[in-house]
Amino acid sequence: MAYTDKTRGMYGDVLTGLKDAGLYKQERYIHSAQAADIEVEFPAGASLKKVINICANNYLGLSSHPEVVKAAHAGLDSHGYGMSSVRFICGTQDIHRTLEGMVTKFLGTEDTILFPSCMDANAGVFEAVLTKDDVMISDRLVHASIIDGIRLCSAMHDTFKHSDMEHLEEKLQLHNDKRLKCVITDGVFSMDGDTAKLDKMVELCEKYDALLFVDESHSSGFIGKTGRGTHEQYGVMGKIDIITTTFGKGLGGASGGCVSGRRELVEMCRQKARPYLFSNTIAPPVVAGVIKVLEILSASTDRRDKLEKNTAFWRQGLTEAGLIIKAGDTPIVPVMLFNAKLAQDVSRDLYEEGIYAIGFFFPVVPQGAARIRTQISAGHEIHHLEKALEAFRKVGKKYDILGKTKQEIIERYGM
Amino acid sequence: MDEMKEVVKAYVIKEYVEDDTELTYDTPLISGGIVDSFSMVSLKRFLENKYNISIPDDKATPEAFDSVNKICVLVNEYLK
Ligand SMILES: Cc1ncc(COP(=O)(O)O)c(C=O)c1O
Repeated sequence: MAYTDKTRGMYGDVLTGLKDAGLYKQERYIHSAQAADIEVEFPAGASLKKVINICANNYLGLSSHPEVVKAAHAGLDSHGYGMSSVRFICGTQDIHRTLEGMVTKFLGTEDTILFPSCMDANAGVFEAVLTKDDVMISDRLVHASIIDGIRLCSAMHDTFKHSDMEHLEEKLQLHNDKRLKCVITDGVFSMDGDTAKLDKMVELCEKYDALLFVDESHSSGFIGKTGRGTHEQYGVMGKIDIITTTFGKGLGGASGGCVSGRRELVEMCRQKARPYLFSNTIAPPVVAGVIKVLEILSASTDRRDKLEKNTAFWRQGLTEAGLIIKAGDTPIVPVMLFNAKLAQDVSRDLYEEGIYAIGFFFPVVPQGAARIRTQISAGHEIHHLEKALEAFRKVGKKYDILGKTKQEIIERYGM
Repeated sequence: MDEMKEVVKAYVIKEYVEDDTELTYDTPLISGGIVDSFSMVSLKRFLENKYNISIPDDKATPEAFDSVNKICVLVNEYLK
């Protein structure tokens, strides 16, 4: 079929509709490497502006770390640029298996399989290990990539209210007749920065004989005393049946993901997971970079310790400034503004002040829960955070939201 | 029938309503975004357990589950 004017017009209308509804996404071009200080072109064609980045998933500040860059260079030289094959034909190198072994050790699991991304890991894992005789019981706020994986799997699907352990237990009872039950959650939830109650979840899964799946994308490398993740923080290492995580955030920030967990479940993925079977795995220089990242993090907890200090400083600073933040202790710190337009206005004004942080609003978060999501990094120095706090105070004062309650902000700006 | 409506309504509120949204017997549940289609399975399983019936999967459509009234009509078809 030809791409007719009518077809073009139809898509044009849809895109205009998105713009009118305020849902149109626009990219901002960054001309520097990813770091605390970046140079941004926005809008397209504008002259470059130096800003402090507080919205990257670069939690450990490793995205442009010299040792990681050097290791990736070395990997490029020794193992080449690409594999031109999927894993099981001729796309597996020694370093892929080395990395799988290192991840297994780091996460305290039995085995690991790499995927092109964590999106792919989540999309492939459920279909590979569950059948129509089973049930998946997921937290209502799990990440979109998990929802996609659930959709691709023939097992029955049910949900429990966010972090509501009583509700989860009811669901485990309701579905007790199924062959397998698999409870599904994020370790750290990316929009609110809260953590799943993994100790309680392990207890329930043991009581009702269920598998436990945890997506650790926003935890691996820095949550827990030695940065192994949410399972370390809750004292349940070795008890999570399936962990998925990404190398695209704290662990170097390039790309790639994995499924790590029980030996047989990982083996099922190697036999059956479609993104593993039908898509190239992580490229050699990136594999070499991630290996270096895990070496750095296994040798010392300095980076996660610095991130913890930075996070405490940032949370305290925002609270003292009179802004409303979601309680917790992770480096994901949402500043609540409730109204979508207010969130966009504050984000724009912060940018004017040299602070890069993005507003999130419906449908990414619930209606009336608009916010600026800030993310702290070990790559930030206190002077970065002080400057960002100063900007938040200045912009907060302009909109008269400092020291105001949720009720007062909503009364003034609406939901 | 009225008792069944109250039972179903109470279950829907407990399961799915997180704020104080008013619910009537005719409130659209799935098309109104109160019950997401994923979560329909527990509603179906609840009805089957409670009334000791079996609803075939092809009858448990989003349309048939779209209000308390419609759900009760469906359940009554299988209550014998
Ligand atoms: C919880 C969670 N899981 C998975 C992903 C996907 O990770 P990747 O970029 O490796 O596909 C993300 C990234 O946004 C995420 O936040």
